[in-house]
Amino acid sequence: MSLDVAEIDDDGPLYAAAKKVYPQRVWGTYRRIKWIVLCVALGVYYILPFVRWNRGPDEAGQAVLVDMAHSRFYFFFIELWPQEVYYFTGLLILAALILFLSNALFGRVWCGYACPQTVWTDLFLYVERRIEGDRRDRIKLDEAPWTLDKVMKRIAKHAAWLVIALLTGGAAVLYFEDAPTLLRQLPTFQAPSVAYLWMGVFTFTTYSLAGHMREQVCLYMCPWPRIQAALTDTDALNVTYRSDRGEPRMSVKEAARASAHGAPAGDCIDCMQCVAVCPTGVDIRKGSQLGCIQCGLCIDACDAVMAKVHRPPRLIAYDTDENLERRKRGEHNVYRLIRPRTLLYTGLIAVTCCVMLYALVSRSSMNMSVLHVRAPLFTPTVQGGVRNGYTLRFSNKLGQARDFALDVAGLKGAEMTSVVAKPLGDGRLTVRVDPDATLEAPVYVATPPDATPGRSTPITFTATDALTGERKSVMDHFFAP
Amino acid sequence: MSTDPVQVDKISGQTTTGHEWDGIRELNTPLPRWWLWLFYLTIAFSVVYWILYPAWPLASGFTGGVLGHTNRGQLTQDLAAAQAARVQQAAGLENTTLTGIEADPKLLELALAEGKAAFGDNCAPCHGSGGQGQYGYPNLTAGRWLWGGTLDQIDTTITHGIRADDPDTHASAMPAFGKDGILKPEQIRKVANYVRTLAKLDPEPGVDLDAGKKIFADNCSACHGDEGKGNPEMGAPNLTTRIWLYGSDMKDLTTTITYARNSTMPSWGRRLDPVTIKALALYVHSLGGGT
Repeated sequence: MSLDVAEIDDDGPLYAAAKKVYPQRVWGTYRRIKWIVLCVALGVYYILPFVRWNRGPDEAGQAVLVDMAHSRFYFFFIELWPQEVYYFTGLLILAALILFLSNALFGRVWCGYACPQTVWTDLFLYVERRIEGDRRDRIKLDEAPWTLDKVMKRIAKHAAWLVIALLTGGAAVLYFEDAPTLLRQLPTFQAPSVAYLWMGVFTFTTYSLAGHMREQVCLYMCPWPRIQAALTDTDALNVTYRSDRGEPRMSVKEAARASAHGAPAGDCIDCMQCVAVCPTGVDIRKGSQLGCIQCGLCIDACDAVMAKVHRPPRLIAYDTDENLERRKRGEHNVYRLIRPRTLLYTGLIAVTCCVMLYALVSRSSMNMSVLHVRAPLFTPTVQGGVRNGYTLRFSNKLGQARDFALDVAGLKGAEMTSVVAKPLGDGRLTVRVDPDATLEAPVYVATPPDATPGRSTPITFTATDALTGERKSVMDHFFAP
Repeated sequence: MSTDPVQVDKISGQTTTGHEWDGIRELNTPLPRWWLWLFYLTIAFSVVYWILYPAWPLASGFTGGVLGHTNRGQLTQDLAAAQAARVQQAAGLENTTLTGIEADPKLLELALAEGKAAFGDNCAPCHGSGGQGQYGYPNLTAGRWLWGGTLDQIDTTITHGIRADDPDTHASAMPAFGKDGILKPEQIRKVANYVRTLAKLDPEPGVDLDAGKKIFADNCSACHGDEGKGNPEMGAPNLTTRIWLYGSDMKDLTTTITYARNSTMPSWGRRLDPVTIKALALYVHSLGGGT
């Protein structure tokens, strides 16, 4: 960092007012991509809660649902119980790795196109532009005195923003209750108060973050730009100002004059369009920086200008730092998508996917846990045997009631009794577990009279689904004096 | 770290803090002003909070807040709500017979859960946390019941207690054979040894067991039965099992026969509501089974 050695007296202000950014309208490839991503993202967000998924009469019929009251998470064919929340750990690891890989390949594509902050800010900017006009009009309007027209425009803008924010908050709560029911309840004030509370919270955050905070969120609140700066390398495709081609920047006339004299003249005409369209108000010509979300809008703006001055497009383009240096040395561009770090990320993603897939496929639809009763460890029976108590808990993760037959092995002549489990059919004790529920059953295991079991005998409980034959075995011990 | 004069960074035009760490200087970037407003907002929030909620300690007590909120009050409300929910559930238990509850998996689950909680609160001090009992307090897990082990019998025993201050209580008294001079110590020794043989325990060598048997028939069989199998009508224990409330060695048996053991249990009908007692009967029976 080059530093001016001149001493100055002023320490600088402690606080600074945010410089208002007035992004200008722009047309082009990347703008089009951004609109498409915006429509898809918002479409998914608003339609997903209404997708139905049949899980049987006793279970939620919503494809994606976070059911807090019954502590279940539904995602199409997947239903997670609270003890399986570790799947989310896998999802988070996967999300992080995909973010790293996308960063190694294409820089901050997440920030520029898919991040909710970007999507909603784009939407709010669109509304603002429709009501208040483009960049120049907005700057003028801000400076103008308070006329009726200005008041009306402001009211219209904030009302429109609030409606969008309210719809955003309204859609968010639909993921936590049966969406069609809640949609009927919400306007008639019959919905649970907690739904209104969260709707209010999301309305407020959407309105303030997308309407007022905008680039401040990326600059001051988000940790990703800091992490991204440490993760990127010279081979990553970032939105880059090709300074080798653009510098020295000068107007078209000056460039013509310079060329005539054989002096170097860059393609950049210093029109500042790249800065005018930037949603975070940065100057891309200063290089990669924290404020740049790499949305590519400056590429569209610059291409339009280059076309007008009859120069080749992509003075600003997705390019690598490596190529910038190579061109300055007169070498060819080299794009290295396959590098150790992209291979590593891809490998880790593949491993994580495999582990998660295996965990999901091998996930059992039933479970049984066994807890030995500790007080008393064992008890003599009237018949003269010894008895141990166990608390068995069964889980049935399917949408229909199931019968589990119980067996105990490892103890000679052992007899099982329980007030909850009843002998059915072949005489084995059987428990019926309701759909998508658990059942606790106290079970006793007793030796025949005058048996002399050792102090501790390993025994195995097995629960078998009477219909499918799916089984679960758990080992425990039988204690005796 | 050394403190250098404040300098200006050429690229950003920003001043530095004047601090230097191994050649690295820090830009003195001002915080955004909205950050400052957030800070003021938190101060305003705390002032509102002080007014609404308990906040400041005083010499004797604290400022209460205009909402009158207390954690204890919150807890009382929550408990009342839980109690109201319980009353609703209890209706099912109240209107169903004990055997009816046992046959209904849903009601049984509820009764066992309620019974377990009530047992921990009321019964565990004497009978043990798992109903395992202790010296002088019956083991409820063995499937042997002094006063009968059907659900109704257990319900009655809990409701009215044993030798309790209740007109319907289980009342029976074993005579203090030694203390009251009914049997002489030598006779007690003989009958004690005989009783041990009923439970297949070894008697002392050289004891006249036939004499012991005769003493048993004359004095004990009226209540404990000719074969010593006991009688739940009178709370007379079955002497043929290896389950002993007051021990089975000679010393314990001699003490039992000499002074008698007439322990008591309170009548819980005066302390607990019938639904809780129903739940307790089902839970206690589930510990040991039997009749």
